[in-house]
Amino acid sequence: MGRSRLSAWLVTVPPFAWIALFLFVPYCLLFCYSFWSLDANQQVLHHWTFTNYLHLATTPLYLTVILRSMRIAFSVVLLSLAIGYPLACFLVFQAGKYRRMLYQAVIIPLWISYLVRAYAWKVIFGNEGVMNTLLQWCHATSHPLGFLLYSPFAVIVTLTHIYVPFVVLPVVASLEKIPPELLESSSDLGANAWQTFVRVILPLSLPGVLSGATFAFLLSFGDFLAPLLLGGPSSVMIANIVANLFGADYNWPLGAAVAVLILAMVLAILTLTQKLERRWRAA
Amino acid sequence: MSSFLRLEGVGKRFGEHTVLDSISLDVEQGEFLTLLGESGSGKTTLLRILAGFEEPTAGRVLLDDQRLDAMPAHRRPIHTVFQSYALFPHMSVFDNVAYGLRVRGCPRGEMTSRVQEALAKVRMDRFAVHFPRQISGGQKQRVALARALVNRPRLLLLDEPLSALDANLRLEMQRELKLLQREVGITFIFVTHDQSEALAISDRVVLLHHGKVEQCGSPRTIYSTPRTAYAASFLGKSNLVTGTVEQGVADCGAFSVPVELPDGPVTFSLRPECVVPASEATGDQVVRFVAEVVAEQFHGADSLLTLRCPSGMKLSARVAAQNNGGGFAFRAHDLVPLQEA
Amino acid sequence: MKPGRALAGAYAGLAYGFLYLPIVVLVIYSFNRDGVGGFPPRHWTLDWYRTLFADSAMWTAVGNSAIVAFSTVVLSMLIGFPAAYALDRYSFPGKGAFQRLVLLPLIVPGVITGISLLLLTVSSGFHLSLVTVILGHSTALTAVATTEIFAGLAKLDRSLEEASADLGASRLQTLVRIILPGLRTSLLGTALLIFTLSMDEIAVTFFLIGRENTLPLEIWSRLRRGATPEMNAIATLIFLFSVVTIFLSQWLMTRGQTGTSFVQEGITN
Repeated sequence: MGRSRLSAWLVTVPPFAWIALFLFVPYCLLFCYSFWSLDANQQVLHHWTFTNYLHLATTPLYLTVILRSMRIAFSVVLLSLAIGYPLACFLVFQAGKYRRMLYQAVIIPLWISYLVRAYAWKVIFGNEGVMNTLLQWCHATSHPLGFLLYSPFAVIVTLTHIYVPFVVLPVVASLEKIPPELLESSSDLGANAWQTFVRVILPLSLPGVLSGATFAFLLSFGDFLAPLLLGGPSSVMIANIVANLFGADYNWPLGAAVAVLILAMVLAILTLTQKLERRWRAA
Repeated sequence: MSSFLRLEGVGKRFGEHTVLDSISLDVEQGEFLTLLGESGSGKTTLLRILAGFEEPTAGRVLLDDQRLDAMPAHRRPIHTVFQSYALFPHMSVFDNVAYGLRVRGCPRGEMTSRVQEALAKVRMDRFAVHFPRQISGGQKQRVALARALVNRPRLLLLDEPLSALDANLRLEMQRELKLLQREVGITFIFVTHDQSEALAISDRVVLLHHGKVEQCGSPRTIYSTPRTAYAASFLGKSNLVTGTVEQGVADCGAFSVPVELPDGPVTFSLRPECVVPASEATGDQVVRFVAEVVAEQFHGADSLLTLRCPSGMKLSARVAAQNNGGGFAFRAHDLVPLQEA
Repeated sequence: MKPGRALAGAYAGLAYGFLYLPIVVLVIYSFNRDGVGGFPPRHWTLDWYRTLFADSAMWTAVGNSAIVAFSTVVLSMLIGFPAAYALDRYSFPGKGAFQRLVLLPLIVPGVITGISLLLLTVSSGFHLSLVTVILGHSTALTAVATTEIFAGLAKLDRSLEEASADLGASRLQTLVRIILPGLRTSLLGTALLIFTLSMDEIAVTFFLIGRENTLPLEIWSRLRRGATPEMNAIATLIFLFSVVTIFLSQWLMTRGQTGTSFVQEGITN
């Protein structure tokens, strides 16, 4: 018995130690920094104060950017679901023997560099890019559309492109879990295809939808690359603010405060959706 | 004369494999018909064709002289009780039962009363607000029944509904099902692989074997006069006795019996319970023989003996009391000649 | 149902078009003499690829990324395996909190993981270099390793291990002889996945990079200065590399177990 106890310790201690050192401690540091501040010489004062949080609360900029980030994240979720949910249904119910191949085809884009894909959208939306050239070619517009690039639109489309597969996968998983007898039973009792979809398939797929939506929302919310590449000044997101505070706008304590705020929001949303999912799963 | 449900030459093929081979059947209104067969006999496929989940590759199905096989499943006046019950996990018992009424736009007042009535009939009215995960297998069974019956279908299909229940519950549910069917007067088509179940509750049994109808008739008829060796062995236990007929007498080795059959080889079915100790056999047309008891299986109410005659022939006998061998007997008419199918 | 199926198929086709359009555009443009100006491309050329191959700074960055990626794979798997094993087999106080902490980097914005590690580095007086990048990647991607290996462990047939113990093998012997071979394809697939994610990692790397650039950051700094069509060429090459990797990974993963387990599962656990 002593030996298995020892081996249990050997197994759990190394990862535990690593996680403690490289995850737990840094988060604690982040927390501490958020309560410190900068003095006149740009040095960090290890003096505990609420200055940073007060600054966040009283400066409208931060709230604006947070709300904008949420709006963009929410739009990404809606658009991803609009594209991804029907695709998932198609894969599970209509694809037949091509299912495996088509499923792989959804996963492949995930493995291609985020940077590459974001850059590609930049190319497409540019003034001389594919989109504008196409629109002008069929005379839909007479000059390049400026809003395509360096706008929230570009950010939303790019992020949707990245996160559609993240939405499709869990929805497919939850659709596959529906026993076929339930669908036959629904049809047996007189429901046509649409009624079966609304009353049986949709409710039972909600856990997967929630899972995918949460993932897409949280990752979009905290994204800083797409706004930097494709967003303009009007689409600065909260992660960009943090990056700047740790970069050119040198103010680490304030940046830490914003980071803690983001972290708190992410954890809150995650807890909420997990509770919701547990409730739905039970049914 | 038109019958209620008619199957004409219904066949089903999956590629090279023929699951159903030209099934023709007439089902009367209000009868409790059982499709009996082992796995692979095609009984479930036939049921699914009736429900509309499979299309026949040959033949037609007519309900009241109307083509049924052309109708999609959700438009047929037929409902199914599934083997796994298939209750919707995200709906309460009440909502499950109300489902069929809801999708067809039944007004709320009427729907509520019909659902409550259906639940009361299966004695699940107390569980209306419960969810499927909160009730037992037998209870789910009853909810599935109520869910189908509340829509007043012309025909109810039951796909091995009792196979997941334990033995005692099964017997109880068999009785309940039979009573329920009598009460609502709807035609039941019941699928099972359990021959004792089929004999116990059906008005008529259709025995399926390799996608064909092996025999069809009332439980008593097919039990006492099986047509083929398969039917004889599948429905209860049977001794298969071979013999040769010559001038009205069948010589089976251990005994000879006068029969009205043409000359030639013949196989008889002899039920073990018809073989009794010689001392108990009275009356006319008694055939006697001698055998020793080689093995015994005690079953509580009776024993199944394996007898060996001097000629080497082995027979099974079902006797009530302890038996050490010696003389045995049966009535001549218990020897049922089989028609080789 | 037939017209419904055609409609669904058309919609699916559009969805796939949306998913693959950017990549197709990039590949086409990489052969376009005029760079990204004008569509459709009029002159086809391999010049951009030639420029790319002569670009030594880029290849140095590729080398750095490879070093980081390999090290990350090793570290993440070394930490992730015992973590997954402990989560699957043992119960101990604080297990739930431990699990949540391990999986946190999956959904917390990379920026936050990056800056918190930056704070750790600075506070302990170390300098930023490829080593800090490796540590950052490992910390973030251990979550992926843990999730995948956990899923792999859960699918193992427990009775095989019990049989092994019954026949006299110690826990360690069972691990080496029964468990690891059973996980082989899952482990290989996970390694490939982590390698790919590390090669593409930007958010965490951004804050932990020293003087030597990784590939994504090299591309990034070039893009900030103004894109050259050479970017299309490198993007196409990365795409090809990714496709090869994913086919390799899927082939490996589906040989050992049915279905693909993905990072998503970590969220729903």
